[in-house]
Amino acid sequence: MTSASWLDLAFVLVVLVDFYLLASSRLPAATRAVALQGAVLSAPPLLLAGGGHDPEHMLLLSAGALLVKAVLIPWLMFRAIRETAVRREVEPFVTPVTSMVLGAAGVAAAFALSRSLPLPSGGQHPFLVPTALGTVWVGLLLMVSRKEAVSQVLGFLVLENGVFLFGLLLSDVMPVMVEAGVLLDLLAAVFVMGIVMFDIQRELASLDTQKLQRLRD
Amino acid sequence: MLRALLQPLALLLAAPLLPGLVNRVKAAVAGRRGPPVWQLYADLWKLLHKGAVYSGTTSWIFRAGPMASLASAATAALLLPVGAFPAPISFAGDFLLFAGLLALGRFLTALAAMDTGSSFEGMGAAREVTFGSAAEPALLLGLAVLARATGSTSLQGMLGPGLSGAWAGAAPSLILAAVALGLLSLAENARIPVDDPSTHLELTMIHEVMVLDHSGPDLAFVQAGAALKLLLFGALLAQLVLAARPAGDLLGLVAFAGGLLAFVLLVGLVESAMARLRLQRVPQLLVGAAVLSLFALVLVLR
Amino acid sequence: MSGPLLLAVVAVAVVGSSGIFALALPRAPRLGQRLSTLAFLAGAGLGLAAAAGGLAGPPRTAQLAWSVPLGSLALRLDSLSALFLVPVLAIPALGSIYGLAYWPQAALGGRAVRLQLGYGLITAAMALTLLADDGVLFLVAWEVMALAAFSLVVTEQEKDEPRKAGLVYLAASHAGAFALFGAFAWIASWTGSFQFSAWRGLGVAGPEGVALWALLLVGFGSKAGLMPLHFWLPEAHAAAPSHVSALMSGVLIKTGLYGILRLSGIFAAPPPALGAAVLGLGIASAVLGVAFALAQHDLKRLLAYHSVENVGIIATGVGLALLGRARRDPAMALLGFAGAALHVVNHATFKSLLFLGAGAVHRACGTRDIDHLGGLSRRMPRTAFLFLAGAVAISGLPPLNGFVSEWLVFLGSLRSLSAPRGDLLALAVLAVPALGLVGGLAAACFVKVQGAVFLGIPRSGAAERAHEAPPPMLLPMAVLAAACAAIGLAPAAVLPPLERAAAEWAGLPVGAMAAPAADAAASAWRVSLTALALLLALGALWLLRRAWLRGPQPRAETWGCGFTAPTARMQYTGSSFAEMLVQRFLWAFRPRVSLTPPRGLFPRQAAFAAEVPDTVLDRWLLPALRAGEALSARLRALFPAAVHFQAVLVLATLVVLLAWRFLLP
Repeated sequence: MTSASWLDLAFVLVVLVDFYLLASSRLPAATRAVALQGAVLSAPPLLLAGGGHDPEHMLLLSAGALLVKAVLIPWLMFRAIRETAVRREVEPFVTPVTSMVLGAAGVAAAFALSRSLPLPSGGQHPFLVPTALGTVWVGLLLMVSRKEAVSQVLGFLVLENGVFLFGLLLSDVMPVMVEAGVLLDLLAAVFVMGIVMFDIQRELASLDTQKLQRLRD
Repeated sequence: MLRALLQPLALLLAAPLLPGLVNRVKAAVAGRRGPPVWQLYADLWKLLHKGAVYSGTTSWIFRAGPMASLASAATAALLLPVGAFPAPISFAGDFLLFAGLLALGRFLTALAAMDTGSSFEGMGAAREVTFGSAAEPALLLGLAVLARATGSTSLQGMLGPGLSGAWAGAAPSLILAAVALGLLSLAENARIPVDDPSTHLELTMIHEVMVLDHSGPDLAFVQAGAALKLLLFGALLAQLVLAARPAGDLLGLVAFAGGLLAFVLLVGLVESAMARLRLQRVPQLLVGAAVLSLFALVLVLR
Repeated sequence: MSGPLLLAVVAVAVVGSSGIFALALPRAPRLGQRLSTLAFLAGAGLGLAAAAGGLAGPPRTAQLAWSVPLGSLALRLDSLSALFLVPVLAIPALGSIYGLAYWPQAALGGRAVRLQLGYGLITAAMALTLLADDGVLFLVAWEVMALAAFSLVVTEQEKDEPRKAGLVYLAASHAGAFALFGAFAWIASWTGSFQFSAWRGLGVAGPEGVALWALLLVGFGSKAGLMPLHFWLPEAHAAAPSHVSALMSGVLIKTGLYGILRLSGIFAAPPPALGAAVLGLGIASAVLGVAFALAQHDLKRLLAYHSVENVGIIATGVGLALLGRARRDPAMALLGFAGAALHVVNHATFKSLLFLGAGAVHRACGTRDIDHLGGLSRRMPRTAFLFLAGAVAISGLPPLNGFVSEWLVFLGSLRSLSAPRGDLLALAVLAVPALGLVGGLAAACFVKVQGAVFLGIPRSGAAERAHEAPPPMLLPMAVLAAACAAIGLAPAAVLPPLERAAAEWAGLPVGAMAAPAADAAASAWRVSLTALALLLALGALWLLRRAWLRGPQPRAETWGCGFTAPTARMQYTGSSFAEMLVQRFLWAFRPRVSLTPPRGLFPRQAAFAAEVPDTVLDRWLLPALRAGEALSARLRALFPAAVHFQAVLVLATLVVLLAWRFLLP
């Protein structure tokens, strides 16, 4: 298989994980899926490296993604799940079937329409932009449609994965330090969210964010 | 003409092997010996020689349902290529007729269930048509992927020799479509994780509960029809995956049988490894299959 | 005026005046009704002969000396109008035979006379609409049709339901007609004439084209019952007598689709956006129509929502045909057009069959609520069998005609798969899963209907005492069922006239679609072959079963899983059957539920009832109108009611108008 078909496979896998996340309600399984997505995301930079990109830059990016997205963050998330003892998303605002249909529609639209976007996608793989857009859309959908804080954090991570893919478009002009900073920010964000979740759990004995509505100052 | 007669008959005769093999696989995984592979043949033979008992509330529809389900499955068998043999009847858009015939069988089976006036069978019929209406678009989407990838709208073109070229050009889409069709074949044939073919009196069942009141030859027709339907879906998948078939008639048949065996093995393993889904999750599975097919279609269209 | 056209005009006159006999013979009601029916049948026969001529020959036109104000009496019989003329005359003719037993003048007196008059008039008006080659004549016929339909809907005017339905229908119909008046006048202001022949080849594009087509789609779409303009349809079709419902659902709404096809055929090739819009409207109507139908438990309301669904399927075909024409793909245009046109005919047959069956059930049991019926197949076996034929056909299942026309639409949609990579035309292939979903849901709905009405145990005394319908009611149903089977078994036989009409519609020479038509015909013959194989397999199994089952067949109770005394109340009702599916569509409608839950250890009474009001009419339109009414009442309260104050207002308006006229040159 050529590197182009490996790339095909990587992008298809990313989208499949998106669909899986929309369908699943078990938080540990969903977290594993996000970790898988992070791991898969470390492949495109390497595979794109052949196409005129700076190889060292890409290697660094790939390793960073693997470390942060596939190892550190999932580990933090599993800790949060274990400590808060929330195992599943019981009653999301939008049923899984509806959110799958919405997600599929968004991804289909991304694939159908991304050609007409004014992006510097000349030399890139044709699936890069639509996969990024679709993943951003699914991340937003997850954050909007779920009640449990853990699911919302997962949605945030998916959203960030989409942004990461999008960033590959600009990797030639973006310094390494900026991307490293983004990854570190992400880590810090998840860390903070973990702490917040733990506090919500201790105060309300639940991670249902709807209950936060009663908080007023 | 002779082949048109032979193919459905041959598939019908081979079909009862499939449930037997699935049961053997399940038994092997569970460490049991299991019933013999030809158990269903013996069951059918016994049922055909028994009399039938009919409920006083039923009408001719109850008697017509089993015949219709078997006849429509046998007719659908005319449209599939088997191994290197071309489909006896093939034309543009025949996959729609294939889906239509299966839907006709489902329609009349469900009506026969309603004819008994039993709440259990009404429940089964309601579930069957509910899930059937979700399976239909997924099936058509999956087949539309094949149609685009091979450039043909007949099952012969979609599953015949033209497929090897499609695998070279659109492998990710075809894999997705195969997965979606695999999910559908579990749902359409009342297998775990959608339904449980081995229990008879559980309130969460779909297909088995619909045919509770049939007896004698009627029940034999129902069971033969169900086995044939399983074989049809298995054949669909086997033909799809075995793109690089050996050329000869005999070798093609052997490869086809091998594909069916792999399908049976897969079904048996899934049944051993998974529990039945909660009823509310079944539409999710079917919509998931549709979403996979849609994604595959989008990939192959752009 | 040449032969077929003259025949058609005579047919219109005979059919239109057929009610005279009933009116003239009040003393001999039986004779009067029979003579009226005979006249109707004779007129319809002439008209069908004319249609046969129109399908076979070139277009024929005629201009009569008698002028309509503003317009002219220009007539035209071409293959498109002939195609629609067949169901428009055949279905009401069969309905008039049905009416002999269903709506006997001897028993009903004046009401039956009025119905007979209106029945002839509406059929003649529909036929005239199809023959009109002039905008004004078209609109006059259109209005006569609408008013006659109103009088038919309110046949039972002493009841509340028909009165309300009739008023809603009248309002909707006139809103639609108003849009058409505007559109036609606008076109006439460009071309200087109301004659269709003067509009030929008119290119409508840009913002003006969008506005014009929006007007036309509102006008024709509200007649056809496309979502969201369908809101008048379920009420009106449910409230009318059954053979009138058959006429309205089967053919009247098709005049809207005829209008879309007629004008798009007259204009130059449309932009792809029009095709996409019609396609989208069609898919939305089809899916939502069947979803609403699933939630109904009034048999005729349910069938009426299925008309919305089927109009959606037809519009999908029309949309594909328009897309094919815009993209210069004759195969797609042919398949979309042929599917749509054949579905017009097919829907006319099976929907009238189902409405006539519903009438037989209503007559036998006195209720249309399917949850109070059941077990009728043992009491009305012939009606049950014929209804089943209609149910299989409407669900789009082989080997009947519903499958064939949907298959053609599917083929048209699959043509978009050959679009080049990245072409948005390929999105049209999404009609395939959408129509698949519609077919699955329709099948579910008709398992529900057939199961709840005809199978199982009767749920009420009325259903228990039901008896078979008389021959005059069964005969038309049998003819319709035979037509369903004939078209379903030999679809290739009806393709040639469809090809001719499609080529004429698309403005192509006759041979231009020959190649795709030959392909379609070859495929259609194989559909017949497969259907034959299905029948053979069924026959073989029947023989086998008969050979094996020779002994006595004992009777028993239905097995109740250990429960020994099953009752009718334990059966699945239509509502419980559809429950799981209805749950999936709660985003489209809200059932009104009234629940008396069981209380205590030994509950005595518990009740559950669910009603699904129409979202557009009951949730949007009526509340909006009521709000408007309240607002205007408030506005009125602002002004004193004194006469001179009103006079001052009039004067002030006049002064303002004069000032405007003089100050602005």
